[in-house]
Amino acid sequence: MAGKSDTPLVVKGKRIDGRKANELRKMTAEVGIIPQADGSARFTMGETVAIAGVYGPKEVLPKHQTKDDRALIRVYYSMLPFSTTDRCRPGPSRRSKEISKVMIDALEAAVITEKYPATAIEIHVQILNANAGTRTAAINAASLALANAGIEMRDLVCAVAAGKADDTVLLDLFQPEDNFGQADLPIAVMPNRNEITLVQMDGDLSSKEFDESMKLVMDSAMEIYEVQKNALIGKKENKK
Amino acid sequence: MNKMVKKLHVKDNDIVVPGQLLAEGMSYIPSGKAIRDGESITSTVVGKISNKGHVVKVVPIFEKYAPKQGDKIIGKVVSMNNYGWTLDIGVPVKCELDLREGSQSFIETGKMSQFFAVGDLVFVEIIGNRNGTFKVSAKDRLYRKLPSGHLINVDSGLIPRIIGKQGSMINTLKDESGCNVVIGQNGYVYVHCDNTENVFKVQEAIKLIESNTKSSGLTEKVKKMLGGKK
Repeated sequence: MAGKSDTPLVVKGKRIDGRKANELRKMTAEVGIIPQADGSARFTMGETVAIAGVYGPKEVLPKHQTKDDRALIRVYYSMLPFSTTDRCRPGPSRRSKEISKVMIDALEAAVITEKYPATAIEIHVQILNANAGTRTAAINAASLALANAGIEMRDLVCAVAAGKADDTVLLDLFQPEDNFGQADLPIAVMPNRNEITLVQMDGDLSSKEFDESMKLVMDSAMEIYEVQKNALIGKKENKK
Repeated sequence: MNKMVKKLHVKDNDIVVPGQLLAEGMSYIPSGKAIRDGESITSTVVGKISNKGHVVKVVPIFEKYAPKQGDKIIGKVVSMNNYGWTLDIGVPVKCELDLREGSQSFIETGKMSQFFAVGDLVFVEIIGNRNGTFKVSAKDRLYRKLPSGHLINVDSGLIPRIIGKQGSMINTLKDESGCNVVIGQNGYVYVHCDNTENVFKVQEAIKLIESNTKSSGLTEKVKKMLGGKK
């Protein structure tokens, strides 16, 4: 979000990578990639790759954190050292703790936690390659992994970011647009119920631009849902 | 109220995912892992549809074992006190074997570990649930301590396949390998044999069953596999 790009980011309605303003990056998804986990998934959005593993429902440790009426959801988000262009220091950081926290909020709304009282559901998400939109890819992967673990959910969670670069509202920002853009707005939705579970904003948007970004995300959520659905059912035609 | 909506969006044996709309209208009844959300019925898991009349049922594909009364399971003793034993049954619930349910004979003070010691495997039946703690019994002659052997962890949904129709598969496993095989419904399979090689044969046979759940004539395949190596 700092500085200006040397080259224009949007030319005649087309972006650097040839997409239109309302176009998503190419997505692929796969479930059951970690044999030891109860559920696992890989989700890629363009060059961003996230893998998620779900362990549980299991006993809550330490015991005093137990919620007697519902399950406790724990998310561990981390970026692997080789995922970014500069080496990323391994281990928990301020950023990863924040993203883990917002991911808990985004996923807790979908999981029917009352069905698993006094248990913990642990979700570990690793970013193998970061190219903007890691938290949205992480949420998509985590919701797939939860479904793969057989945990009851109201709906799958689909997340994608909208934003502004070169005074144009764009969907699914990638690295240059994220670095030199004016705003970034990651949103997670439950597409079948039309409910929003996460909204964050970095940068400035006018209220009109905000509505426009929101509409872009809501319209594309079903596209992500289809990719997730095909992965769970086992169809290999994960185009776009 | 406006006109009654009544529409079924799925067919029998369809595979559905969480959040998918299954049916609309109050005349349909959700069953299994389907829930009602206002007028519509949605699925909560990845599962198969089984539709009979007005009942829309979702049978989950990815499932963890859920204990219920009457299940015959294998547990591992993790601790004991003056009143009984605590068992680990592979799922995050408390499971207790009371002293009076431990054996038909009288258990003298200080001789509890002669019946079941910490670390022993026990074949037991779930007799009830009290405030979230599952009570099990080993009183019947069927239930007993399992002497040292191998414990194989399988998906609990596969247990019916490992047992087979009228126990055809389990009998094949026992007869062809010469091992003693005990199956717990919680997904623990106990194998005991004097010859360790035979244990590995059973392990491989179970792997074969795991990877070929849908194919027919599986018993013959297993028979061939176990018999071929004898």
